[in-house]
Amino acid sequence: MRAGLELQGSRRRRRRVGDAVATGVVVLATLVVLTPLALVLVYLVGRGLGSIDLAFFTQLPAPAGEAGGGVAQAVVGSLELLLIAAVLGLTIGIGTGIFVAEYPDHPLVPSVRLFSDALIGIPAIVMGLVAYALLVVPLRHFNALSGGMALGLIMVPYVVRATDEVMRLVPVSVREAGYALGLPRWRVVLSIVVPGAASGIITGAMLALARVAGEAAPLLFTAFGNQYWNFDPLKPVAALPLVIYTYSISPYDSWHRIASASSLVLVAFVLVTTAVTRSVFAKRVR
Amino acid sequence: MDRPTTVTDRASRGQRLLSPRAGRAPRGDRLFDGIIVGLGSLILVITVLAALVLFQGGRPALERFGFGFLFGTTWDPVHGEFGALPFIVGTLLTSFGALLLAVPLAVGSALFVSEYAPPWLAGPVSYLVELLAAIPSVVYGFWGIFVLAPVVRSIQLAIFLNPDLRAIPFLRSTPTGLGLFTAVLILAVMIVPYTASVARDVLRLVPQDQREAAYALGATRWEVMRHAVLPYARAGILGGVLLSLGRALGETMAVTMVIGNRTAVADSLFGQTATMASVIANEFTEANTALHLSSLILVGLVLFLLTIVVNLVARVLIHRLTPRGVG
Repeated sequence: MRAGLELQGSRRRRRRVGDAVATGVVVLATLVVLTPLALVLVYLVGRGLGSIDLAFFTQLPAPAGEAGGGVAQAVVGSLELLLIAAVLGLTIGIGTGIFVAEYPDHPLVPSVRLFSDALIGIPAIVMGLVAYALLVVPLRHFNALSGGMALGLIMVPYVVRATDEVMRLVPVSVREAGYALGLPRWRVVLSIVVPGAASGIITGAMLALARVAGEAAPLLFTAFGNQYWNFDPLKPVAALPLVIYTYSISPYDSWHRIASASSLVLVAFVLVTTAVTRSVFAKRVR
Repeated sequence: MDRPTTVTDRASRGQRLLSPRAGRAPRGDRLFDGIIVGLGSLILVITVLAALVLFQGGRPALERFGFGFLFGTTWDPVHGEFGALPFIVGTLLTSFGALLLAVPLAVGSALFVSEYAPPWLAGPVSYLVELLAAIPSVVYGFWGIFVLAPVVRSIQLAIFLNPDLRAIPFLRSTPTGLGLFTAVLILAVMIVPYTASVARDVLRLVPQDQREAAYALGATRWEVMRHAVLPYARAGILGGVLLSLGRALGETMAVTMVIGNRTAVADSLFGQTATMASVIANEFTEANTALHLSSLILVGLVLFLLTIVVNLVARVLIHRLTPRGVG
């Protein structure tokens, strides 16, 4: 009898200890997950902040190994690439989103959904290969257009999903009200459903842009990078992610400083875009 | 995929009754339908075109080496001998190594957010975990080179200076800080948020009854997790793991910057090697023979097919196991 009680007691203790250990492990796991985030951000701010000055945004790169200079051409180049990507990615992405949301009976919709999901998983560098084959090989030299195209293609499935999801949140009654007024379908979609879903579509578009803004892999052999200004979409163009890559693996300390400043600017751009978009637009959707 | 009735299904049924489409469509509608269906089918064209273009580009290498390309261990641009096995092995080693580290941590943090944390803490923590996915790969690479690699190098040095540890071939290496181990660490950090956010979502979908029933039997909190909550969410979490795997397989910049880029299978835990994505990033602009370029594109095709399969399986798992209309 006593032995039984003791057994019960020790068993209960063991269960209680097990529970405490599990709680500890769960908390510890969360801390371990968040530590790298803190380390990366602290390192970027600590090292990059001192290297950002006016020259960073206004001057072209100094010769290798020399101090000073900036990466103005890469900041502008990144914006050029994003513009091309946005035109391509948003046209196809929003159009496809409207298609899957508003034409659910169309026989192509299931395969469009499937392919869009498949496209999300394709590595960015493979998109770079595709853009290389389609636009660099025929033109026989690297160019901005192919880089923008690679980024645009990466954006497409994210924009499709965002558009599809928010358009389905627009109530049927709103559509019916439009039809009751005798509006044709295109007016109902463009003047009623799309404006109703606009904040969600913009959120999706901005998040997709922020995501591709940091991509370097698909630009390596499409936009290629450039030490000088270029506004011709058919010539190679610089981009911040490419600067970070080439400058990080270079042996020069002054280039490492530029790489740290570029990393900080890029991360700040991505995080601020994401946060602002979320706080301005996302609230109205939900 | 069968989809339960959604708002739009009803909408379209309503439309067929209400809109003038039942008769002859107005000209504006026909034009609009044309544009939208055209844009929608463009995605099919793009995907097929991508596959075709990669196949076309990789064909010279495929014709030269056949399927032996997948099993060849020599990658020698100078003598025109190309086999992708070192990179396939490199990709699998880094990806599964990263999963091994990332999945327990991700599930742990998802449990914390959905089961342990008070609401005021759960929101910010899950936001921060998702921030991990917002930091660009190339920035992780930059951090890896200047912060993580020196740390790994000192670990390697410690092993190097200790005669007992040095005798183990698995740990032997030249202390450079760049190699398989560093790549696995960086990748693990990068893929945590994908498993974590899916796991968090499916844990939230576990019915409250499930937990209450277990508590009513006198279970401790951990026993509730272990026997009532986790088994219920298992399949959904697996979908999240596959999503992470898909990311890891194709992750390029960070890995390229810290893995050492040696075109051979890693000879130890710290050994320098390469992955499919990293060899493309590293060699593509420097490839000066047609066969070298073609071999790299063929590596890209293998990667393309591999990631598509992994991601579609992940989607199917998540779709099928996530009840609609919640969350």
